[in-house]
Amino acid sequence: MGRTLAEKVWDEHVVRSADGEPDLLYIDLHLVHEVTSPQAFDGLRLAGRPVRRPELTLATEDHNIPTTDLDKPIADLVSRTQVETLRRNCEEFGVNLYPMGDLDQGIVHVVGPQLGLTQPGMTVVCGDSHTSTHGAFGSVAFGIGTSEVEHVLATQTLQQKRPRTMAVNVVGDLPEGSTAKDLVLALITQETTGGGQGYVVEYRGDAIRALSMEARMTICNMSIEWGAKAGLIAPDQTTYDYLEGRPHAPEGADWDAAVAHWDSLVTDDDAVFDREIVLDASTLTPFVTWGTNPGQGAPLSANVPDPASFEDDNERVAAERALEYMGLTAGTPLRDIAVDTVFVGSCTNGRIEDLRVAASLIEGRHVAESTRMLVVPGSVRVRLQAEQEGLDVIFKEAGAEWRGAGCSMCLGMNPDQLTPGERSASTSNRNFEGRQGKGGRTHLVSPQVAVATGVLGHLASPADLPATANA
Amino acid sequence: MDSFTRHTGVGMPLRRSNVDTDQIIPAVYLKRVTRTGFEDGLFAAWRTDPSFVLNQPAYAQASVLVAGPDFGTGSSREHAVWALQNYGFKVVVAPRFGDIFRGNSAKAGLLAAQVDDKTVSALWDLMDAEPGTEISIDLVERTVSAGSGVDRVEDSFDIDDYTRWRLLEGLDDIAITLSHGADVDAFERTRPSYMPITTV
Repeated sequence: MGRTLAEKVWDEHVVRSADGEPDLLYIDLHLVHEVTSPQAFDGLRLAGRPVRRPELTLATEDHNIPTTDLDKPIADLVSRTQVETLRRNCEEFGVNLYPMGDLDQGIVHVVGPQLGLTQPGMTVVCGDSHTSTHGAFGSVAFGIGTSEVEHVLATQTLQQKRPRTMAVNVVGDLPEGSTAKDLVLALITQETTGGGQGYVVEYRGDAIRALSMEARMTICNMSIEWGAKAGLIAPDQTTYDYLEGRPHAPEGADWDAAVAHWDSLVTDDDAVFDREIVLDASTLTPFVTWGTNPGQGAPLSANVPDPASFEDDNERVAAERALEYMGLTAGTPLRDIAVDTVFVGSCTNGRIEDLRVAASLIEGRHVAESTRMLVVPGSVRVRLQAEQEGLDVIFKEAGAEWRGAGCSMCLGMNPDQLTPGERSASTSNRNFEGRQGKGGRTHLVSPQVAVATGVLGHLASPADLPATANA
Repeated sequence: MDSFTRHTGVGMPLRRSNVDTDQIIPAVYLKRVTRTGFEDGLFAAWRTDPSFVLNQPAYAQASVLVAGPDFGTGSSREHAVWALQNYGFKVVVAPRFGDIFRGNSAKAGLLAAQVDDKTVSALWDLMDAEPGTEISIDLVERTVSAGSGVDRVEDSFDIDDYTRWRLLEGLDDIAITLSHGADVDAFERTRPSYMPITTV
């Protein structure tokens, strides 16, 4: 019987397997950041263990990094200590680090692909749940906790139970005006936050094939938001075109050997998934969340739902609680919801394509008076590329704030936070209570919806925008 | 890691589903570089409400948390497990856990016991009727039990065999893997030369 893509990649990395034990899986790339690593390095020190393969390990600083005053030391002393601890640990254990101020610093899930380190058929882990992003290249990539970070540092392996596999068959084409973000938000609402649990999911179908690498990363990034262990997409010419020529991509004969192998990384026709689901892309429209988990979403054209409409007790109670927290009333058109802050950025939507589409929409327009808009590139290189293309000028002329690179308001570990009751439209990945700042209220949206919302001051799609003078 | 066999302690009902790790401990509390001291951040936002269950005297000594489905979804932060442990919890009982949270619990020695919805509801009702009720968890027999007489709740819970064995023995994963060093060496010799390295 044939095998699925995920099974092929998994099988190629099994170091040891025995009945009644999890597989011992080799890890090709271990990405490290300042928040989930200090206790892991401490553990190594206590046990007198070295990092087994520092050259398969890469660290950067992202979660705590301020996006303003980049020439000054980090003002928050606790954040500064955490960042300095990473620097000391990388120095002591010989791990390559891209610190604040370095050209290659940025959100760990933007940096890996940008350097060409993320390649098809690899195993990639990081102490961060959005490691699923790297699955867009046909790698098995997943987030781990700090104990597992220590395990990978010490052994370059992980003990992992073989996951089940699921196919997400996306049928139909994504209509004009709908995006990869709308697709994944709709999928999470369809499947709820636990629907993917225990599975490595493969996104398939012509609508997925038609997506750029960066759009594929947006989809794989949010795999964890419906509970999946990982999400991946089979590599194809789009993948190769993105990779070729990047600093760590193979070259010459190595490139040919790699591509020959990557071409085999497809699900066999006779392979059987443990579960298959279908998502119809052709009916998708801009999608937003109204609640406090990513599965509480609806088309922008809908109204805030009535909790009584949920049959499941837990879902009904969760919806009641969410509306109370979000300060929303059932039946309100989602388009009538006024928004204080728009955040464009994060490992979900902080790449150059996201900034290009945002800039093209906001050019000749202005952010609403009652609204502030932050644009935070996912990495220093994304920022520099955008500046080279003049996107920063477009954003600033439209009244948006152009910031330095990092995780920023996605999770508010740096000063970019919402205040209690403040409402955002955010291109990030989580609308949990307090995620963007204590008491903050988050609506997850695509970059397109974010810009339209910023211009009009309420949740909106580009179709709602009046024409510009030069359009 | 300490071994875990049986535990009996005061149960605490958390009548919520989808308790993500941002709720268990918000990001601003993740800046410590130690494994201790995270109890201050446990359910930080909800704790500002005096009526929140963690603030009620009956649950001051609670060590068994009983929560709704999809507990521990979201962020991979192991700090969520540490916060629960630092506060004094030994066991979390829920109908379904986020994958990474469950993995982190197993590594850190917090027992994540998966039971069905009905058992959680029965435990909630029991604890609401008599706050301070103790719950017993037996990892050897894989059972959770509480109460007595007609109100007694007893059920088995799910945990995979390997995790159970490691918890019972209190084993260090890294030491187990390092004992297979020869297998890792052999595997590394088979890796293709085009695989990337992070140094320049």
